[in-house]
Amino acid sequence: MSSDHPALRARGLTKEFRGFRAVDGVDLAVAAGSVHALVGPNGAGKTTLFNLLTGFLPPTAGRIEVAGVDVTGLAPEGFARRGVARSFQITSLFGQLTALEHVELALQSGSSLGWKFWRSAKLMRRYTPRAMELLDMVGLADLAGTTADALAYGRKRALELALALALEPSVLLLDEPTAGMGLEDVDRTVALIAAIRTGRTVVMVEHNMSVVGALADRVTVLQSGRVLVEGPYDEVRADDRVITAYLGEGAVRAARR
Amino acid sequence: MSGVEQTTAAAGSVAVEDQAAGVRAQARATAPSGDTPAPVGGTIVPRWLRWTLAGAAALVALWLPNGLYPTVAVDIACWALFAVAVDLLLGYTGLMSFGHAAFWGTAAYATGLAAIHWGLPFPLAVLLGALAAVVLAVPVGYLAVKRVGIYFAMVTLAFAQMVYYIANQWRSVTQGENGLQRVPRELFGLDLSDEYYFYYAALPIVAGGLFLVWRTVHSPFGRVLVAIRDNPARARALGYPVHRYKLAAFLLSAFTAGLGGGLFAIGHRFVSLDVLHWTTSGKAVIIVVLGGIGTLWGPVVGAAGVTRLEDWLSFAGFEQIGLVTGAIFVLTVLIFRRGLWGTLTHWLRRR
Repeated sequence: MSSDHPALRARGLTKEFRGFRAVDGVDLAVAAGSVHALVGPNGAGKTTLFNLLTGFLPPTAGRIEVAGVDVTGLAPEGFARRGVARSFQITSLFGQLTALEHVELALQSGSSLGWKFWRSAKLMRRYTPRAMELLDMVGLADLAGTTADALAYGRKRALELALALALEPSVLLLDEPTAGMGLEDVDRTVALIAAIRTGRTVVMVEHNMSVVGALADRVTVLQSGRVLVEGPYDEVRADDRVITAYLGEGAVRAARR
Repeated sequence: MSGVEQTTAAAGSVAVEDQAAGVRAQARATAPSGDTPAPVGGTIVPRWLRWTLAGAAALVALWLPNGLYPTVAVDIACWALFAVAVDLLLGYTGLMSFGHAAFWGTAAYATGLAAIHWGLPFPLAVLLGALAAVVLAVPVGYLAVKRVGIYFAMVTLAFAQMVYYIANQWRSVTQGENGLQRVPRELFGLDLSDEYYFYYAALPIVAGGLFLVWRTVHSPFGRVLVAIRDNPARARALGYPVHRYKLAAFLLSAFTAGLGGGLFAIGHRFVSLDVLHWTTSGKAVIIVVLGGIGTLWGPVVGAAGVTRLEDWLSFAGFEQIGLVTGAIFVLTVLIFRRGLWGTLTHWLRRR
């Protein structure tokens, strides 16, 4: 695909729930190879926008393009097959399957093997070496045989990342990758995202500003479903409108003093 | 393409594979299973035990009509197929069908009609019946898999009721309340009028149907189904078209239920509207719950238990059979949530 197209683009993206506009005419262009953070106060529409960008919600109006190709209206599996992979904010795994089986399933999703009800599941072992590599990458190699239900919270989040990576995505959307994590896990996750961003485009919703500062090339601030400010992290952080949105008018005056 | 993948996999680190295999073997034993159905995809049952079980089951299956009335043995075999078909959806895909009598009954009628009007050998008639069930399952499944939970159950029930009323009204074909009488049992001129011999003639079809479901559950496809059962949204995010997978499972289930229904028609040499009644769907679900959801032995054991119990009760002149099976069902749900087989294996596993 030619490089003048953004990896992911939204034009006038709008989502209405019974007259309430959760996302209101959002324009977004995520340059290929960049890390783009979506931030904003609670209720700003981040999660709705995220679900629109991955096909989990159909937009009321507007378009979505992946590398210049219109994908508006596709189902989530359609987005996945076009190289858009996502993680979930609330950890979302297959409780009874092991970590290894999770990654094997993700690796298999591109082939037709998943339809073969007349073949043995042992055939999925062709994915085992690559699955173990991915588990190793996120620090889960020792826990490959543990079922998802039995994994600790931080480990579940790591497995989420391994699953998204297994899809070899060109665009990786991470929904609050460090939510609910302890400091140590946050550092580990930041290092991991920094390592895997090479050759990929990453869009992340994130509350933790130090994580955003460490990783993001550009930041889009949402408020009431609209884009408030968009730009490089340092610029956005110093913007009065952003400080107001987060902390109220008083904070700007306080910052001025 | 698949050849290429295989070669790359083979070329991959052998050590990694060994490590993974070892992890696979030990992990199941330590993973807590909670109240959800038994772990699926791999198994902690040692190989020798599995083969012993399969051998014992084969022996029991071969002995069955010598220890029970052959008619009861045939019924057990048919209901085992039906229950396993329902469990493929309920236990392995997370879909509760409350209208599977539509497929069992449609197959029974189609099999009966094919045997009566075309004089087909009974295995062919049964196969035709099962295919008729699949044809019906395409539109029903297509609409039903778009709903989840109780709504899926309601859609399947609604369709089953529709089929029941159509069969009731379409007297020229189904003979209405009189039912299809004198369904022949043709197999290359062999005399199968004795239930004892018919049981053995039917056994390969039963074994084939059970094998089909066993194979499905332990296939790459089955692994995807379990993933869908545990978390459909996640499966979609991985790129799996969940609706189409559910529909495929639905068709396989309808086919297996159809094999059971077809054999049931030939076994009784009679098809009545009962095969389409909603209580027939309910009985299949009860058998699965009693035997153990998400296990394959469970529905088979459940079918044997319920059929035997019903036969015993009716032989003893007890009229309210539903009262007894209903009470057992309530007790099972309250006390043994894993069902007969599930409770047994859970208990053995902990020791």
